[in-house]
Amino acid sequence: MSLTSIDLSPIFLTLKLAGLTTVVLLLVGTPVSWWLSRTQRRWKPAVEAVVALPLVLPPTVLGFYLLLAFGPQGWIGAPWQQLTGSALSFTFTGLVIASVLYSLPFVVQPLQGTFEAIGHKPLEAAACLRASPVDAFFSICVPMAVRGYVTAAVLGFAHTLGEFGVVLMVGGSIPGKTLVLSISIYEHVESLDYATAHALSAGLLAFSFVVLLAVYVVNRRFRYRIA
Amino acid sequence: MWHNLSMRMVVFFLLCVNSATVVASDVHAGVAANFATTFKVLKSRFEMETGYTIIESRGSSGKLYAQIRQGAPFDVFLSADAALPLRLENEGLAVKGSRFSYALGRLVLWSATDKNVAHGEAVLRRGAFRHLALANPKIAPYGAAAKQALVTMDLWEIVQGNVVYGENVAQTYQFVATANAELGFVALAQVLSKSNAAATRVWEVPQTYYQPIRQDAVVLNRAKHNRAATQFMRFLKQPAVREVIEQTGYGVP
Repeated sequence: MSLTSIDLSPIFLTLKLAGLTTVVLLLVGTPVSWWLSRTQRRWKPAVEAVVALPLVLPPTVLGFYLLLAFGPQGWIGAPWQQLTGSALSFTFTGLVIASVLYSLPFVVQPLQGTFEAIGHKPLEAAACLRASPVDAFFSICVPMAVRGYVTAAVLGFAHTLGEFGVVLMVGGSIPGKTLVLSISIYEHVESLDYATAHALSAGLLAFSFVVLLAVYVVNRRFRYRIA
Repeated sequence: MWHNLSMRMVVFFLLCVNSATVVASDVHAGVAANFATTFKVLKSRFEMETGYTIIESRGSSGKLYAQIRQGAPFDVFLSADAALPLRLENEGLAVKGSRFSYALGRLVLWSATDKNVAHGEAVLRRGAFRHLALANPKIAPYGAAAKQALVTMDLWEIVQGNVVYGENVAQTYQFVATANAELGFVALAQVLSKSNAAATRVWEVPQTYYQPIRQDAVVLNRAKHNRAATQFMRFLKQPAVREVIEQTGYGVP
């Protein structure tokens, strides 16, 4: 088995999915985690619990409900169909939505922790200097939260790379559209093509290790600079 | 008092261990996913007749095969194809001479919503559907048969852009049952196991359109001297049992 004969499109598709998911997650995760870090409301624990659900639920549960929700009569699928004229199941867009839900806690939790650690004082100081809340958030909190953002982005990205069960259930394994790396590896194993499965698995293992290593190295540097 | 409590715990523990040995099974079967519902019927019948117990592990045949090679504790293997049992025999992992075909798979085109599916080929040719679900032809025998049938009908090139793949025939069924795919190729046994209404929305693919799906069973080496396992294999060949297999949606060789 030579490396050149392996179809590489699942790798690019996976990187694209993980990248796009991470961007969406940072955009969605920032207001959610900011709210969670500041609110005193009674239902805060309930929101925290919902955000953490993908950590404990088997992906088959999430995948099964998404399959029902994405269907032509489903509560996401039906309005989506009316709005865009296309289906969500078996599409790349569907995978992005599924991945955002699946990796949500990996982005929200580190961001929330960082925002909580920043506390009220820097913002109060900024307010005294007549900075608007939005200005204060972007010029004070975001720079102070860089470590949190790096951790959140990398965890969200890496977790989406390794996503399997949910994609298996809503993806339909279409080459170039929904056939991501983990599914491709699974299919090689199932068809007893262990050599290709090995090559792809080892690549993913090494890549994931390097990514995580980079986070820990970067985090160490930032710790010194900020503290 | 404390002594008493710990004694009770010991007794409780012993009871647990003891009951665990009581429910230990006599035959551990690895069963291909498509045969699951039929197997359930056969299992209770066999247990009633013989007093032996069976436990089953379900999965795609490829996965079960890989597990057997890695030492999974199965006594018999009911595959969805003929190739994997043969391979196990050649690799010295299965008992020579124990291999036989217990069922012939029947492929159907099925829809959860559309009654027109009974027109079969014409519905496929009209192409008024967004998704057609197949089991992955690379790993699932029913998928390979579905692809062959489409090629035979000169439809493969036409529908290919609308095909979505389930990792096995059970997942393919799921895609169609949830209406995410309007049409799908599944096993007749799956459709029959559900409801009469479901059975009206099928088209059985003519068996000349695809290579027969010969499903073979084999006794694995660890069960060489397991009487219950041998008896179960004999049971599968009985005329009355073959009739049950036939009624639940298979051909019998």
